[in-house]
Amino acid sequence: MKCGKVFEIPTAKLKNKRTMKKLATLFFALTITVAAFSQEEEHKTDLKTLPSVTLKDMEGKTVNTSEMGFEGPVVISFWATWCSPCKRELNTIHDLYTDWQDETGVNLVAVSIDDQKTMSSVPVYVNGKGWEYLVLMDPNGDFKRAMGVNNVPHTFLINQQGEIVYSHNNYAPGDEEKLYEEIKKLTGK
Amino acid sequence: MKKTGLLALSFVAITSVFGQGIPPSITGNIESNFQYLQEDSIIGANQPAEKGLLNSYMNLFYTQGNVKAGMRVESYLPRINGYPAVFDGTGIGMRYIGYANDFVDVTLGSFYEQFGSGLSLRAYEDRALGYDNMLDGVRLKITPMKGLEIKTVYGKQRYAFIEGQIQHSPGVVRGFDGELHLNEAFKLLSEKKLDITVGGSFVSKYQRDDNDALILPENVGCYGGRTKLRYGKWAFDAEYVIKEQDPSQDNDYIYNFGHALVTNLTYSQKGLGILLSAKSADNMSYRSDRTKQLQNVLINYLPSLNKTHTYNLVASLYPYATQPVGEIAYQAEVLYSFKKGSPIGGKYGTSINANYSSAYRPMRHTSGINPLDSTGVTYTSGIFDMSDSLYWRDINFNITKKFNKNFNMILSYFNITLNNDVATVTKVQGFIKSHIFVLETGHKFKNKSSMRTELQWLLINRKDGFPVDKGDWATLLIEYTINSNWFVSVMDQYNYVTFDSSILHEVDGKYHRAHHPYFTVGYIHEATRIMASYGRQRAGLFCVGGVCRPVPASNGLTISFTHSF
Repeated sequence: MKCGKVFEIPTAKLKNKRTMKKLATLFFALTITVAAFSQEEEHKTDLKTLPSVTLKDMEGKTVNTSEMGFEGPVVISFWATWCSPCKRELNTIHDLYTDWQDETGVNLVAVSIDDQKTMSSVPVYVNGKGWEYLVLMDPNGDFKRAMGVNNVPHTFLINQQGEIVYSHNNYAPGDEEKLYEEIKKLTGK
Repeated sequence: MKKTGLLALSFVAITSVFGQGIPPSITGNIESNFQYLQEDSIIGANQPAEKGLLNSYMNLFYTQGNVKAGMRVESYLPRINGYPAVFDGTGIGMRYIGYANDFVDVTLGSFYEQFGSGLSLRAYEDRALGYDNMLDGVRLKITPMKGLEIKTVYGKQRYAFIEGQIQHSPGVVRGFDGELHLNEAFKLLSEKKLDITVGGSFVSKYQRDDNDALILPENVGCYGGRTKLRYGKWAFDAEYVIKEQDPSQDNDYIYNFGHALVTNLTYSQKGLGILLSAKSADNMSYRSDRTKQLQNVLINYLPSLNKTHTYNLVASLYPYATQPVGEIAYQAEVLYSFKKGSPIGGKYGTSINANYSSAYRPMRHTSGINPLDSTGVTYTSGIFDMSDSLYWRDINFNITKKFNKNFNMILSYFNITLNNDVATVTKVQGFIKSHIFVLETGHKFKNKSSMRTELQWLLINRKDGFPVDKGDWATLLIEYTINSNWFVSVMDQYNYVTFDSSILHEVDGKYHRAHHPYFTVGYIHEATRIMASYGRQRAGLFCVGGVCRPVPASNGLTISFTHSF
């Protein structure tokens, strides 16, 4: 495979008319869907719960994302070994993690979206840096898709009821302080 | 059209029938990228006829109790600069309904899936890259007991998205996979120090033989086994797959079997991680359409054994992508963190990282083989039987040091050799050798703002005294984060030594060496990010996970918007 030319141009062409019809139906479908959704929305809080996706941890144990079994608040941070801001964020929190856990009982779950190419570097990096987080592997992006993550780093805060209360799609130094304020709000400290 | 209507109806049916009392959960995300491009003769950037380009997509995932459904609407009006031409128009690019409980998980419609390390099957998407080979059909996952998972898939692959319609590849893909984690499945083993996982997969594709000259196998199987072992600080994994005779455009219609073996050995303890990897692959391109090439309709995934680089000059000028026809590759990586408080570690710690990777052409023995005989077998090859023909080598080091609470530094060096005759990324013949130095610093200020800088320097090899390809480069990046909402950055890539006539432009009798200034301002509010950039971008390769697409030079405005919900 050559890098210089990655995709071929397909020869199949369709008639415009068909596309327009499709589009009309699409809007129709969306309207109905949204209508159906909003009716159900009436009798629930506006907080989302964690989607249930089965992943493996670094030891190969199966973990269901909606039943991780933590008691306190949980921070879920999507990262990859090739993502520098992700590593900056998780290394910064690593320095503060003991204090955070003592004060609020928070647990951090680092979800690696490394695919097969770089997945074997994950334990090397995690242990090399001495992280104490629960590290989950999401090599085909199943949990990433379910959580609506566009790009990494993306950090979510989950309350004691398993609902997503805060999320931030970036990392700049100092963002960990904002995250910690949100954690403290949950534990009332 | 009927399908879409049916989908909408099924949503309604699901919510009304199953939706009694259980609150639904809706998640999703949206991304939109707009470009307004200008003509720029200095860097060879063209203005498209439309001037404005727009890529958008939105995912909507719905779950209520055991029922799930989802769809993605995609829109390319037209696609952004360099995005693959197989993306065009507006329409539904993915849709599924499904049901899942603790025992079964069934999906009808579109799905993404990976068996083992992907050597036999991986349906995957990367929207930034423009890669989407999802399967449309049925997937059934069964978990008969804890630690055991069985998956079956049956479907047709997405090949293209033309005028808002999914175009499928003609071949049908069928697959079966099982994985057993012994220590979870059997109580007797649950406390044992040795942790064992075993798995196996079988994949088959069917494509009609429409070739008049050859008798082609219509059903082609690909099967293999894998294991993962862990013992204390040691871990080992391996997967081996065999592909049956699969004459295709990729292998010039030969009747050889193919094989792939990937192994990893890691040792890790607090402060130290070591990885050794090896891969042997030959004739392993496996597609649901034998006439396709490049990144189209690949059923499997052959990971390249090298680090994914992120610094601009390292990542986008001379990257490496797996050679699916075959390669033998090795990788070694070490990460060591000096203890805090030690002389080198200092108060805040220091870590060093070294990485080596190389890839070679497999040895192909042709003695005693008549390539024109009726078997169609043109050579023999063995596992880890390699020639001395180098495809790629990458040696890199970096040191990360935090000096105090507010200042840290990363110093990196990369030595990259690329065989451009095989892993072609540019028009030069032979080897391209580059040395790249990068100094990155991070400063945190008292007012909670912060600044990050990158200084990158690329030196290329000389041929007859002249630098090859595009010559030498220097890059400066300054990124200033005002607060957790706003950031600005400025970058300049300067092609300060070049003799490439396509880059060195003569304007009014003077030669210009091109600066590539690029300004960005971004706003982030929780799960929403809006970014605007203006300036020159040099031609390069955009790669994710060893899959690359070329991005032509451009000059103009880019606005991107992402949001998750």
